[in-house]
Amino acid sequence: MSLALDALTVLAVSAGAFFFLAGTVGLLRFPDALSRLHTLTKADNLGLGLIVFGLLFQVEGPFAALKLIAVWLLTLLAGATVAQLIAHTARPGGSPV
Amino acid sequence: MLESSQRRAAVADFLLAAAGVVLATVAVGLVRILWGPGDDDRIMAAQLLGTSGIAVLLLLGQAMSVPAAVDVALILALLAAFVTVAFVKGAARSEADRA
Repeated sequence: MSLALDALTVLAVSAGAFFFLAGTVGLLRFPDALSRLHTLTKADNLGLGLIVFGLLFQVEGPFAALKLIAVWLLTLLAGATVAQLIAHTARPGGSPV
Repeated sequence: MLESSQRRAAVADFLLAAAGVVLATVAVGLVRILWGPGDDDRIMAAQLLGTSGIAVLLLLGQAMSVPAAVDVALILALLAAFVTVAFVKGAARSEADRA
């Protein structure tokens, strides 16, 4: 049973690291600011989300697990807000908020 | 079949390696700060550094059994959001000065 949980951890953390890789490649390769913002938010939400998901199987106790989820939720909230703000300044002819 | 303690150590090694991979990836991504071209591109690279810093802290905290790393990650999440809000507010002000 715990072997399966460890395997899930390895799988989810690998997928999360892959999303960070994809986010970085997109940040470097995509042609304009808005599409780069798109890959950035994917890395934020999915990369960190999958890594947190993988770590959930390793922590001891529900409190530690809740804390990990809180980190992810805070990052989601901040990421969504910040993406809107950056998009306002990055839009051609757009005015900053 | 691996012993339980051996498997625990193997998972810790894997998490450590994953932290290294994420860190190396984002170090390459920092090139975007050099290239620009716009300030918003630079702040995006900094934002990615913040998020992956959180991921690396969580991975390291679990791999090396340092529970306090999660608290540091929480603080980093909070500060990374403030950095970008401060940037956008600053951009709005410089825009108003120019107008």
